[in-house]
Amino acid sequence: MIKANNITKTFKNGPVETAVLKGITLEIKSGEFVAIMGKSGAGKSTLMYQMSLLDHPTTGSIVIDGIDATALDTNARTEFRLTKLGYIFQDYALLPELTALENIMVPLLMQGKSDEEAKSIAFESLKKIDLVHRADNLPSQMSGGEQQRVSIARAVAHDPKILFADEPTANLDNVSSQAVIDIFRSLHKQGQTIVMVTHEKEYTVHCDRIIHISDGQVVA
Amino acid sequence: MSNFRTSLKLGIFLGVRQLKRANRSTTGLIIFIMTLTFLNLVVVSGILVGLIVGGNIANRSQYTGDVILTTPYGKNDITNSQDIIATLQANPHVTGYSERFIQGGTIEANYKTRTNFNDLPNQTSTQITGIDVGHEQDFSNISKYVTEGSFLDPTQSGYIVIGANLLERYSTFDTGTLLKGVYPGDTVKVTINGATQEFIVKGILKSKVGEVSLRAFITENDFLRVAGRPSLDANEISIKHDATVSDDQLKQTLVASGFSDDAKIQTATEAIPDFLNQIKLAFGVLGNMIGAIGIVVASITIFIVIFINAVTRKKYIGILKGIGVAPMAIQISYLLQSLFYAASGSILGTAILYGLLVPFFNAHPVNFPFSDGILVADPLGTFVRVIILLVVTLIAGYIPARMIIKKNTLDSILGR
Repeated sequence: MIKANNITKTFKNGPVETAVLKGITLEIKSGEFVAIMGKSGAGKSTLMYQMSLLDHPTTGSIVIDGIDATALDTNARTEFRLTKLGYIFQDYALLPELTALENIMVPLLMQGKSDEEAKSIAFESLKKIDLVHRADNLPSQMSGGEQQRVSIARAVAHDPKILFADEPTANLDNVSSQAVIDIFRSLHKQGQTIVMVTHEKEYTVHCDRIIHISDGQVVA
Repeated sequence: MSNFRTSLKLGIFLGVRQLKRANRSTTGLIIFIMTLTFLNLVVVSGILVGLIVGGNIANRSQYTGDVILTTPYGKNDITNSQDIIATLQANPHVTGYSERFIQGGTIEANYKTRTNFNDLPNQTSTQITGIDVGHEQDFSNISKYVTEGSFLDPTQSGYIVIGANLLERYSTFDTGTLLKGVYPGDTVKVTINGATQEFIVKGILKSKVGEVSLRAFITENDFLRVAGRPSLDANEISIKHDATVSDDQLKQTLVASGFSDDAKIQTATEAIPDFLNQIKLAFGVLGNMIGAIGIVVASITIFIVIFINAVTRKKYIGILKGIGVAPMAIQISYLLQSLFYAASGSILGTAILYGLLVPFFNAHPVNFPFSDGILVADPLGTFVRVIILLVVTLIAGYIPARMIIKKNTLDSILGR
């Protein structure tokens, strides 16, 4: 599903160059639930940004679903992210002026679905995470755990090939974190490919594989 | 095309919700600013132009009418005046006319108490105007402008009505050649063509139209007698029509009747002195310049509003791009907001303009020395200004949105 070939990422700040990823090669198979772990500054989030096409690697290539994603132009990458990838951010990243239902509808509308169709799919997604009663609530009217569940619903509503989650439980209490992980487990059981960056080992027990990153390299 | 349609649809979806759930006080303040900008754009130039237009309207109403016939160059009067009047009476579109007999003359007052003949006489030169009182009254309702005494009576003889600007107490300039201490009931000596006759001052006319307040009026019969005119050929014929024809059409009718050799035929617009048209043009330009400053201020306001909005939402813009929303959809959402502010300001401004300001200035014209200034806001000019405001606002909203959207997606998400 994902093949990363010798990826490097170097940040330049004037004359100073900082190599964050130092030639990472890895493969994630379809349907796998993979956790990327490492210490703070190890490069785990940077690796996920490259694999999820939110950033360009300095060198190397990323092939997703048979397509060399690093060769795509900006518009094609945007389209690729819209149709094939789903994202869950650490701070939920819901649009504050949209209700839970409307937040989920956004990528669906961008895919060209009608209002009614998008609303229906979004409603079903809310049902799956047991948040139908929050459909008309704004993010500010929901708890952190509820917002993150809506964020998951938005990420999977359009049935992406791969779901990327960047420290999805970092801002949540134990109960909410467990609820999020339970949703991931459920999605995984249905065959969803999931790549999750985390530094909390207890939430990786249901993962198929853990990739450890240290100093910009895969160590295990 | 379908990509554009999708972006448009999502842009509207996002924009409408951002507006609906925005802080109402802030939205109200922005719309208030846009309303003031619109009014500044229309009202300032409208008042400046209205000074001249107000004067032109008064001129048309009290002096020229819609078409005016005057003595052509090289002649002493309008020949065949009676034929022209007969033609006017037969024309169903003519609603009124006034024929005037005009001759330069002098008016002297207080001559009975002048004991030292080395002193200058209390005298002024003016155009003595003989009128058919009934026709003039029907045409211009001239008696409305009598400020002291009363207007001429067609059945009486030996009375004169003097324009206020011929009297020293009404005028602020050129006091050396104006009449001093003349009031209704006083006797004055009127000299026309070397013939002199005493008249009793019946009233004083005060109008902002120079041809009214700088002339002295006597009845047609008195004029013909004193001036010794052998014919009934007038010097001025002012005509009003019923508006089912244009000024130019009426003029052409008179030209086609063969009167262009007898009289100089002009529409009211043509009869406006060229310098007044130049002033009108200059005031219009001045108003537009002031309006342009207003537009710049409004566009900067919108720029700042959208820029701050976009900067504070940079992270969310990054997230939208990250989850695959096309930049065009995000831009459209910001353009929609700009459009909403400008359209709301324009609609509110137009309602205030035509519902409040124009009726107010029509009822209470601005009292300027040379005219009663009204607010000129023709619908086409207003529409053009609305379009200008919308376009400028859209550009002012587009630029900051574009600046933020062009930033790297990940940098926006991470707030870098």
